[in-house]
Order: sequence, then C-alpha cells, then structure tokens
Amino acid sequence: MAAADPNAARTPPHDPTNHGQRVVVAWILLSAIATPLVAIFVGHLIPPGNASVQGTEQVFDNTWMLSVITPIVCLLVVFFVYGLLSFRATSDAIVDGPPLRNDSRIQILWIIGTGVIVLFLAGFGTYELLQNGAGGGQGPNPIAVPAGPKFQVQVIAQQWQFTYRYPSLGNLESNQLVLPANTYVELHVTSLDAVHSFWAYELGVKADANPGVDNVAFVKTKGPTTFHVRCAELCGLWHPYMFNNGLIVSHAQFTAWAAGAKKLYASIKPFMDRPAANGGAPYAHIYFPAPDRRAG
Amino acid sequence: MTEAVIASPRAPWWRQLIGFNLLTGIVLGVGGWYVGWFGAHAISGSSLGWFSSTDYNELSVYLAYIGGVVGFLIGLGFFNYPIARLRGYPPSLREKETGGWIRYFSLCTDHKVVGIQYLWGIGLFFFIGGLNAMLIRTEQLSPHSQSFPMGTYLTLVGMHGTMMMGMMTSGILGPFANYLVPIMIGARRMAFPRIEALTFWILMAAGAILTTTIFFGGFPTGWTGYPPLQTQANAGMDNYILFFALVGISMTLLGLNMIATVLTMRAPGLTWTRLPIFVWGVLSTAVLMVLAAPVLIAVLSMGALDRTAQTTFFNAAGGGSNYLYENLFWVFGHPEVYILALPGFAIVLELLPVFARKPLWGYRLAVAGLLGVSLLSWFVWQHHLFVSGINGDLRPFYMLSTELISIPTGFTFLCGMMTLWRGQIRFTVPMLFCLAWFFNFLIGGLSGVFLSDVPSDVTTHGSFFSMAHFHYTIMGGLVFTFFAAIYYWLPKMTGWELNERLAKIHFWTMFVFFNSTFAPLFAAGFLGQSRRAPVYTGNLKFLNDWVSVSAFLLGISMLIFLFNLVWSVGFVKKPAAMNRWASRSIEFQLPSPVPVHNFDRIPVFSSDPYGYGEGPPPTWVVPAGAPAGRE
Repeated sequence: MAAADPNAARTPPHDPTNHGQRVVVAWILLSAIATPLVAIFVGHLIPPGNASVQGTEQVFDNTWMLSVITPIVCLLVVFFVYGLLSFRATSDAIVDGPPLRNDSRIQILWIIGTGVIVLFLAGFGTYELLQNGAGGGQGPNPIAVPAGPKFQVQVIAQQWQFTYRYPSLGNLESNQLVLPANTYVELHVTSLDAVHSFWAYELGVKADANPGVDNVAFVKTKGPTTFHVRCAELCGLWHPYMFNNGLIVSHAQFTAWAAGAKKLYASIKPFMDRPAANGGAPYAHIYFPAPDRRAG
Repeated sequence: MTEAVIASPRAPWWRQLIGFNLLTGIVLGVGGWYVGWFGAHAISGSSLGWFSSTDYNELSVYLAYIGGVVGFLIGLGFFNYPIARLRGYPPSLREKETGGWIRYFSLCTDHKVVGIQYLWGIGLFFFIGGLNAMLIRTEQLSPHSQSFPMGTYLTLVGMHGTMMMGMMTSGILGPFANYLVPIMIGARRMAFPRIEALTFWILMAAGAILTTTIFFGGFPTGWTGYPPLQTQANAGMDNYILFFALVGISMTLLGLNMIATVLTMRAPGLTWTRLPIFVWGVLSTAVLMVLAAPVLIAVLSMGALDRTAQTTFFNAAGGGSNYLYENLFWVFGHPEVYILALPGFAIVLELLPVFARKPLWGYRLAVAGLLGVSLLSWFVWQHHLFVSGINGDLRPFYMLSTELISIPTGFTFLCGMMTLWRGQIRFTVPMLFCLAWFFNFLIGGLSGVFLSDVPSDVTTHGSFFSMAHFHYTIMGGLVFTFFAAIYYWLPKMTGWELNERLAKIHFWTMFVFFNSTFAPLFAAGFLGQSRRAPVYTGNLKFLNDWVSVSAFLLGISMLIFLFNLVWSVGFVKKPAAMNRWASRSIEFQLPSPVPVHNFDRIPVFSSDPYGYGEGPPPTWVVPAGAPAGRE
C-alpha cells in the first residue's frame, strides 16, 4: 500500500508566529473586561433573592463563583476561536502538524492554576457554609449554628402537603408558613411517610424531610414579603402539587395572625398528637421539641 | 481469504431459524415468565391471572421475570456449553459460527458481532428513552398537568432516566470497546467471549423488563428509586429493581471482561505507554463498573426484600433508614455518572490526534486524568445528600473532593487543547462532535461547581438546574462522543460509508438544539422549577415552551441520524475505504469490515498510534501476511 499510504504525509514548514503570546494577551484582555461585567450585571440577577440573610449570602456566593469561572470560560473561548481559525487545515491534502508531545512547564502551570482555583472555591464555600449553614438542612446535630435566640418552627411533610407547627404558640399547627420579620428562624423538618424536600425558594432554604429524622435549618428573615414553598424531592403521585405560599409579616401582624390562627385551628386536633393506633401518623418519628418535655 | 475456509456451508434462511437463537429465546422467555408467575401464585395461595396487574403479588412479579430471563438465556443457548461439558460430550460450535445473518440474532462469541449487536440493541432502547423525553416535554408545554395522568407522567420520567442511565452505561463500552479493544491491543478475541455475549443478552432482557413496567402501572420514583416511596409503590417498581439489578450484573461482567482482556491479552510490544488512550479510558471505566455495580445490586436486593419479605432495611418505623439506601445508591450512582463520562473523554482524546494530525499531547497526563477521575469519583457521593439531613460534618470534605475532581478532568481538557495547538485541523464530522464535547462539557463542568458548593447547592439542588447540569455532562459528554465514535468507526465496523451531508446536518441540528434545549433549563432551575414536576409557576411558561420546541427539533435531528444510518447501511451500501481518516491506529490498517479473526498473525507493536508528523508509520501497522482488504 505504498502509493496509497495516507500516513506518508507532509510536515508543514516551521511557523514562527508566537501564537501562545497572542492567546494569553487576548485572554487577559477579555477576562479583564468580562469578569467585572458579569459580577456587576449578571450576579444580582441570580437567585434566590433578598428575602432572607441566607438568600442574600447565596446571591453573593453565586456571584463570586460566577466571577471565578468567567476567566475560565474566556480562556476556552479565546483558545478555540483563535485555535480553530489559525490551525485549520488549508488544503485537502493531508499535512501533519509538528509532533509536539509534551511541555512540562505548561502542565505544571495548569495543575497549579486549577489547584488554586479549586482550593479557593472549596475554602470559600466552607467559610460560607460554616457561618450559619447557608439555609441548608444540617440534620439533627447541626454544626453551623448561628448565635442568638431563634424562633422554632417544625415543618411536617406528608403526602402531599406541608404542615407547620409552632411550639412557642402552644403547638399551633397551620397549613401556611407565616414567619415574623427580621427574626432568626430554626426550622425542624421531618416527614410522616416518603422523603420530601422542604424548599422555601426566596428564603434560600432547602432541607429534605425524612421519616424519623429531625433535619434542622436556620434562616434569618428580612422585611415583610411572600415566598414560595414547594417540595423538591419526588414523593409520589401529587408531588408536583405540593406547593404553597409563605408569608413574612411584621411582628405586630404576626401576633395578630397567631391569635386568629389559634382560634381558627382550635377545633382541629393536631394529628401529630394522636397515636398511630388511632389513625394518627403511620410512622414513629421525631417530634421536636417533644410536647411533654415542653410542658415540664 | 481465510474467512472462506472457516465458514461452514449455510442452510436456507428458514432452517437457520430453528435452533438456539433470539426467536427461541423469546419463546422460552415468555414460557419461563409464566412458570414463575404461576409458581409464585401457587406459593402465595392467591388466584391466578394470565396477565393482570390487579391480581399480582410482589413475589410473582420477581419470580416471573427471573423465570423469563432464565428461559430467555436457555433459548439463546447459554446453557448448551456447560451442560454438554458436564455430560462429557464435545460442545456445540454453533456460537463460533463465522458467517450468516443469524449470528446477529444468536449467541455469538465473535467480539465484532457482539459489538454490532450492542450498537443496535442499545440504539433501540436509546430510541425508547428518547421518545419518553419527547412525551415529557409535551407535558411540560403547559404549566398545568394536561397531556398525561400524573402517574403516567412520573412513569415517563422514571423510564426515561432509568433507561438512559441503565442502558447507556454500556453505550460506549458495549459497542465500541467490545469491537475495538481486542483489535487495538492486537488480540483475536476478548478474554471471556461467552461472558461477553452474556452481558449483551442480559442487557436486552433488562431493557424488555423495564419497558414492560407499563403493564404493571409504572413506577413513581424516578431513576433514583428512593424509599420509602419505593417500598410503597405498586408492582411496576419491581420492574425497576429487576432492570437495574440485571444491568448491574451485565456491567460487572462487562467490566471484568474488559479488565482481564486489557491486562492479559495485549500483543507483544504493546507496553502501558503505547496503549491507545481509548483503551485506557475503557480500563478506567471498567474498574468503576466492577466496583460500583455490585453495590447497586446489593442495595436493590435489599429494596426487593423490603417489598416482598417485609424486611425493614429502609423503613424508619422498623429501625431502618432511607439514608442507607441513599448512601448505597450514590456510592454506585456517582461512579456511575463517570462510567458514562469517562469513555467520552477517551474518545475525544483518541480522535483529536487523527484530525489535528499531531501526536496526543501529554499522554501520561491524559492517562493520569482518566485514572484520577476514576479514583476520585469514589469520594464525592455525599454531595447528592448535602441537604438531606444526614450528619452534616463531612460536607466541607465532600465539597472539597467534588471540586478536586475538576483537576483530573482539567487534564483531559489540557491534553485535548494542546493536541489541537498548531495542528492541521480537519473539520470532519467525528471531529465536530469532539469539538462540541469541549463546549458542552465546559458548561456541564462549570455548572457542576455550583452544585458542589453547599451554599449555592441549597437553591440548585433538586431543581431543573441540576437536571440541565447532568444533561450537559452526560448527553453533551457521552452522547456527542457516542456519535463521534459512530461516524468515526461505523464505516470500519460495517464496511459501509455513512452519508456525509446528512451527517453534517445531523451534527449542526443536534448541537444547536441540544444547547437550545438545555441551556434555558439552567435559568428555569435558578427561577425555582422543581425537577420531575409537570406543574410549575406561570412565569416559567415561555422558557418551558422554548425548551419543548427545541427538544422536539432535537428529536428530529436524531431522526435525521436514524434515516442516515438506515439509508446508508441498508440501501446505499457505499463501500468504506480501509483508512478513510488516514489514521495511524491499528484498526484502520485492517480491511473494512474487519475479518473474522482480525489478524493472520499477531502484530508486534513498537510505538503508540499517535506518531503524526514523526516520519513514516512504524512497521507493526502492516503485519506480514495481513489480508489485502476490500480497498
């Protein structure tokens, strides 16, 4: 196959252009322009928003990460736009490129570069997480506990609704989450049946609801507003309909709501108090804080 | 030609149907199904139904399908060899048949036949999974539930996810590694040819089992199958469990076979630093398969026991915990996604040197990248459980380990990019798919950074953001390279060219509509759309309509490919040149299609296949006495 051997390809003459310098310069210029633009104009569009301190922190966190990855995107964009235009084969004849097999300087630079970015991101995320748990469910023994007094609410998920129990309001149970403004809230999320996930979108809170587990999340509300609550873990047939609106209201309004709600729900015996044998919850589970302990 | 000497005289087509083949397999499979079905009803003392989902018990579904699989394998002839040997008779050589179309519908131990069987078999189920996706997007056209009953919708979502995750694990290793690894390492077969065939037929049985879940009411859990919902669900859930367990068995055996083949059957001179990078990718994937799939089989067995024998592994009321399932599932599940991604890395690195006409840059770094991803993928699984309420102390560790995995992934990027550097790039169709991989995987990888970081994961977890992320990595990473491999190697495998114009139309429509489908889903997730829910807030309607229309166009793009495949291979049949890409890889020095025994003499390797621009190709590429080929 001597004549037809396509591997007997020509090698092009040496190309003296310093392509590397061009790419690096273009990359630095593009990054210097794009990164501040992304940080300023895109960052604040990123959810979940400003309904809570945790939400604001997540927006900040997302903005930071977006700013860190912008130069990476710029590098690849510059590389591919430049590379694919400059290094394309210009004829149908098969021409081999220069046999460059390695350059340990580039490898070391790349490893250091990616390593530094990764360690920075991990360190940054850990710092943000350990402040107050960033609104995520931390399980029964949270490690990131914000200081100060907290308003406790238990979130009880079942197929297919959320019930909210307020221990400090005489174990009032309601089907709408109403929270006082500018207050640190301690959410205790649990489930009566399948795995659900309590997602209060604008608050930046997500915590899975597991049967028999008390999943704790912290969130500090800001001013009065409404927010969406939905289930974020597939929990069966009507999972998509497991959503509701929540409210953040001023302290005065909250007191008024609590008094009214007590009256409104007075006739409804909370189902959590009934033993399973009498048609109550089918699974034994955590009830936080336990009513008997509170009574004592 | 050696083929002609070995091939036996062939019977007429109808005579070939009699004996051990797919037809017999299906007949005995259905028979075995009913044996199990009636047996289980007899055990449980319940009344019988020929095929009714109202009169089932869990046990009967399991025994029916186990009986069905055993019958299917008997019908295919998997028991002939061991039984003949046990009884002291010489084994039948039917499975070593070297010619005839019936080979493709029977147990055949030729690795090239199995590779092509895999391609069509997986293609069939990929098509079914794709149809599910189209139906899902039809439902998503409106913010209300409109097209399907809710249970049907959840089954569609579950079947799409499970089909894709289960079947496409073997998407590259099944067709391409089975076909190419023995050739690339200079061997005539895989280490365990009968096991190789078994992995394929088990996978087909599994696919049939998952598809028939619709007769048992489907399953509501999505591909993750979390209990307690799994334990509550109706009989269709058993199909999910059986499907995934069989896929697990198939994966384990496939991986073992690959590892044994690469370790023991390399031709003389093929040292570890001369191995094609594709084989390294296969090896790193196979290690993950062998170690991860048994965990899946174990956890699903526990789920099956919870459903049938009332054990309480995952039931909090009985002292169990759904965290046990979640942890074990993701111990499998995270390596699983790299089982899907790693072969894609390897194909990109294998093809770039051919079309940039340069050696693979940083071979050792590329290998380190593949093995590094393979190793690190074991230490990241709890990032799926960041907000699950599991003990949170290890979250900083999992955040770090998840982000660390981007370092070896970056090696693949660096090696690929530096291979392009100063090259003579030819924009052939396989090359276009490889270049698209860089774009898709960049977006997929960088969006993964948001999911690996706990504070931003709180919002993105379980939303369409994570859904868009893994479609960018798996569809953008695996399926694009899957098509690169098809356009690159299929002419070699079948001996016929694919139409290039249609291929280019396929690429550009697929690339545009893939991005147009999944990029807006990042926004939908950020705006609060929850996964697996056909009901969403009205402000997301425009985004969802856009995505649905793009998804339909993406589906049409796939039909263009299907048409091209059927048209070119079925009707036009333009013979493929022996080495149409001017590749230095050994499979392109053999005729198209590759002859039955690959090589007349085992080749001797003296270099890796990437020596572009380094003078004439080494002598191993034309082993003395190699057949002349069709060219």
